[in-house]
Amino acid sequence: MSDEKKPDKQGLSRRGFLKASGISLSVPLVLNYRMVKAAGAEVKVLGPGKAPIQLTINSKPFTAEVEPRVTLLEALRNDLDLTGAKRVCDRATCGACTVIMDGKPVYSCSVLAIEAQGKKITTVEGLMQGERLHPVQQAFVDNDAQQCGYCTPGFVVACKAFLDKNPNPTPEEVKRGLGGNLCRCGTYVGVRAAVLQASRGRKGGQRG
Amino acid sequence: MSGNSTAHSPRSLDEAYEILSHTAAKVIAGGTDLMVLMNARQLDAEEFLDIWRIDELRGIADEGDALRIGALATYTDLIRSPIIQKYAPALVAASRMVGAVQIQNRGTLGGNIVNASPAGDSLPVLAAYDAELEIGSRRGLRRLDFNQFYTGYRRTALEADELVVSVRVPKLKADERDFFCKVGTRRAQAISKTVMAVKAKTENEILEWIRVGVGSVAPTVVRAYKTESLLAGRAITADLVEQARQSISLEVSPITDLRSTEHYRRRVTGNVLARFLREVIDSDGAGI
Repeated sequence: MSDEKKPDKQGLSRRGFLKASGISLSVPLVLNYRMVKAAGAEVKVLGPGKAPIQLTINSKPFTAEVEPRVTLLEALRNDLDLTGAKRVCDRATCGACTVIMDGKPVYSCSVLAIEAQGKKITTVEGLMQGERLHPVQQAFVDNDAQQCGYCTPGFVVACKAFLDKNPNPTPEEVKRGLGGNLCRCGTYVGVRAAVLQASRGRKGGQRG
Repeated sequence: MSGNSTAHSPRSLDEAYEILSHTAAKVIAGGTDLMVLMNARQLDAEEFLDIWRIDELRGIADEGDALRIGALATYTDLIRSPIIQKYAPALVAASRMVGAVQIQNRGTLGGNIVNASPAGDSLPVLAAYDAELEIGSRRGLRRLDFNQFYTGYRRTALEADELVVSVRVPKLKADERDFFCKVGTRRAQAISKTVMAVKAKTENEILEWIRVGVGSVAPTVVRAYKTESLLAGRAITADLVEQARQSISLEVSPITDLRSTEHYRRRVTGNVLARFLREVIDSDGAGI
C-alpha cells in the first residue's frame, strides 16, 4: 500500500494542476481523453468537453464525440441518426427508448453513452432481416398492435428481447415481461396478441 | 446541458477509492435512479465515477452461513442466482417487483442501498435479514450493520470517499421462513405505498422470533422492533394477529404524499403483517 502512494500523489498533483490551470492535456489526435494515475494504474478520464466514443450498434461500428453525461438515447438520436428509439418520459418508466444491450433490454435514456462502449447494442433499426420484417414487427402489423406508433419501436424491441428469453410464454408471462413499456393509446391487447403470434412463429422454426 | 462533465471509468476498486479520495465525483452504477434525476435536471453532477466496470464489485458467493453479494449484482442477477433463490427467497421476490425488466437488468443492489430511498424494494429484505454491509475506501474496509446504515431521510453512514462493496446476507435456515409483499398502484414500475419483508423462526404455530422490515412508511426503511417484541415467543392466535396489526399500524410513521395517504399506509401495513401471520398458521396446519 505505502509503495503505491508515491505514484498516486504524482497522478493527483498532475491532475490537480490540470484542473486548476484549466489546461486539457490530450494525447495528440485524441480529443478530451487523458490518463490519470490512480492507485498505480492509469485510469481513463473522459471530458470535460466532448470525448470520442465507439459503439457497436446492429453489428456495425459507430464513432461519435459526446459529452460524458450524454445518454445512449441522446447519442443514438442526435449523433448517430438512429431515431428508432424514442425519447418520451426520459426517466426510465415508459420504455419507448428500449434497446437491447448484450442480450438484455435496457432503457437507453438511463445508460450513459460512454458506458455502452464495448457492448453489443441492437436497436429497432437492426431487426429487419434484409427486406423482410422481423417476425415481431410482422406480428405487430398483423395484430394492429399500434395506434399512434410512438411507443411501438421500444415495444417491438422489448418484445424481441422477451421472446429471446421466453420462446413459449403464457399470456400472464407476456403481461409481466412487458410491464416496462407503456402505450397511452392502449394497444396492449394487440401487443399481447402480436407476441403470442410471434412466439407461435418461432415454434414453426422461424428465428429472431 | 452543461458542457463540462467529466467521467472516470476505473477498472479496480483501488483506483476508484483513489479517485473518491480527492474528487467529489458522483458514483454511478446502473444509473436507474441517478439518470432519472439527471434527465429531470434535479441533479447537475459534473463529475462521475462510473463503477460498472469494476469486476471486484460483482459476484454472488456462498460463504457458509451467509451469502456475499457484490454491490454491482443486478436484480436480474439476484433473480437468476440459485443460491439467492434457495437461501434468501424474499430477495428474489423483491427483485422481481423492482421496476420492470429493463430496470432489473441495470439496477444494482448496492445502488438501491446507497440511493437511500425509503421506498427501495430490496431494503426491507436486508433489514429483516439483518444484513451487513462491507464498506471500502482508501483507508481500508469496514463492516456496518445494514440496520445502522441510514441516519435520516436519504442520509447514510457512508463517508464521501467510501463505496459499498458487498452485502452479507445470513442464509435462511431450514426452520426459518421469509416473506415479501409490496403494495403499489401497478405491478410494474410503481413505487410502493408500503413494502414489507419478514424473516421468522416458527415451530408449529409458535413464533420463536420475527424480524420485520418495512419501507415507504418512515423517512428510512425501518424495523418494527416493538411489534417484533410483541410477537416473539407467542403462539399465533386470531387475537395475536389483531394485536400485531394494531401494533405495527401505530409503530410506523408514514406521511401522506402523492402515492398514498398516512391512513392507508398504516392500515395496509397492518394488513400485510396479518397476511404473513395467517400464512404461518395455514402452512403450519394450526387452526385459529
